[in-house]
Amino acid sequence: MSSQSQIDKKTIQKIASLAQLALTAKEEDLYTTQLGQILNYVSQLSEVNTENIEPMVTATEMLVTFREDEVKKMLTPDEVLSNAPERSGHLFKVPPVL
Amino acid sequence: MDFDKLSVKTIAEKIQNKELKAQEVVAESLNRAKKSQKDLNSFITICEAEALKKAEQIDKQVSGGKGVGPLCGVPVAVKDILLTKGIKTTAASKILGNFIPPYSSTVVEKLERAGAVIIGKTNLDEFAMGASNENSAFGVVKNPWDLTRVPGGSSGGSAAAVAAKITPASIGTDTGGSIREPANFCGIVGIKPTYGRVSRFGVVAFASSLDQVGPMADTVESAALMLEVISGKDEKDSTSANVAVEEFSKIKAKDVKGLRVGLPKEYFVDGIEADVKKSVEEAIKILKDAGAQVKEISLPMTKHGIAVYYLIAPCEASANLSRYDGIRFGYRSSDATSLEELYKRSRGEGFGAEPKRRIMLGTFALSSGYYDAYYKKACQVRRLIKEDFDKAFTQVDVIVTPVTTGPAFKIGDKSSDPLAMYLNDIFTLPPSLAGIPGISLNCGYTKQGLPIGVQLLSNHFEEAKLIQAGCVIEANQKEVKKVPYGL
Repeated sequence: MSSQSQIDKKTIQKIASLAQLALTAKEEDLYTTQLGQILNYVSQLSEVNTENIEPMVTATEMLVTFREDEVKKMLTPDEVLSNAPERSGHLFKVPPVL
Repeated sequence: MDFDKLSVKTIAEKIQNKELKAQEVVAESLNRAKKSQKDLNSFITICEAEALKKAEQIDKQVSGGKGVGPLCGVPVAVKDILLTKGIKTTAASKILGNFIPPYSSTVVEKLERAGAVIIGKTNLDEFAMGASNENSAFGVVKNPWDLTRVPGGSSGGSAAAVAAKITPASIGTDTGGSIREPANFCGIVGIKPTYGRVSRFGVVAFASSLDQVGPMADTVESAALMLEVISGKDEKDSTSANVAVEEFSKIKAKDVKGLRVGLPKEYFVDGIEADVKKSVEEAIKILKDAGAQVKEISLPMTKHGIAVYYLIAPCEASANLSRYDGIRFGYRSSDATSLEELYKRSRGEGFGAEPKRRIMLGTFALSSGYYDAYYKKACQVRRLIKEDFDKAFTQVDVIVTPVTTGPAFKIGDKSSDPLAMYLNDIFTLPPSLAGIPGISLNCGYTKQGLPIGVQLLSNHFEEAKLIQAGCVIEANQKEVKKVPYGL
């Protein structure tokens, strides 16, 4: 992590594409500046010696618990699809893929 | 009925004892909610018909001699990020603007089983991302103490509803301070429980290793009772903890003899406004006078809390928000001709500026070549922050700090500068990263009469200590001002 921002407009476009996010030209400019500022700020972490420190990825590191795999009454297909913007019977409808 | 002065417990008791009717209490609460909307905008949805129907059922149960539950007929407001079956749940985002969940969150089910009546879904920062409630797709919430100021965020609507005496209690969520900061800005009580104490099932996910649901209320006792109701292991949330739920509501304000209180020197630094410093010192004095032993401690990693949080939370958010694709539920762009375009446009048009910013930041920090330098590094420093607290809790029971450096700021003051907004969370982020519980409660006022809160922190699953100390501070507070916004 360097204190020099790696963010330019090309990077922003690449990230937006990875995130499946359509941005306007104005948003691209704004996020180029703002992400640069934020990343400059967080680069302070490079000062911290983290050699041999195990990353902490969850707030309480409890053991994974298991439960019986039982069949239970869940939502009906109609309920599951009730918020679909477009559907065809019990299927989600999308634009042509091929 | 002196609605303003009724606590959660009193309402439930009076309705159960037939001194009050659930229908009249709920109707009053609904009237206040509706009347306040144009000034405060604290609700996204007011559930009038459902609430009145529920109240009627409760009155019937009571008159039939049935015990309803500890929240019998109590009107509560729920942050619009907890799913409510059949009632629109938006997370204050255009992308979920018309989403009607087919099931309820565990917390909502627990509230309803206990007899609570949900009168509305409160406004928030979009996807709980913010500290001012200015990031809502449904407009900013105003602070009942000063309508030109923010109520805090992201649980701004839940805080304003309680402060304006619309409901005696509400539900918020806290990922990096989103219960504690608005409670502080609105002069009420807010508890962020230990991570795992309360089920996250049915809560729209923001940053899953940090998100936690908690109560906001008029008094410590009300908040404690709400916490008692919503806590506990839930088989639908594998991260919920199998830890016994204490009778938090039975904790009374007596002394705190022998309680070891730590003041982290990194939290009492230059930059804290004089009024905040004075009020927090008064709270500390109350604890001292009640028998607590106060000593200075050190949490040296404090200064890195913001950097760690603003990497980890956006990384998790970028993953969680990938589910909004315009296909299964939520907003769909009408102009797309291919599947990929549909994803991109639906997300681009549906998300507001702050979620987009965080998706971009998180996607960058998780992307190939940057993962180790950003995400992994942040997770490593997160462990060091937690170890600071582990060490501190071998010496003290409760840590006392300010909640923010100043009182509620003016609407618009920080909204154009994300980094300035993020810096506001400096005292609430490290406890969230460590997963420990915190309470924020009023302890004074600025010269202009704005409320100031104090934050108390304890070790994992030791909420009882916070409630005990909070009760003592509340009972001995020199002055309690009345909120100027009247209904």
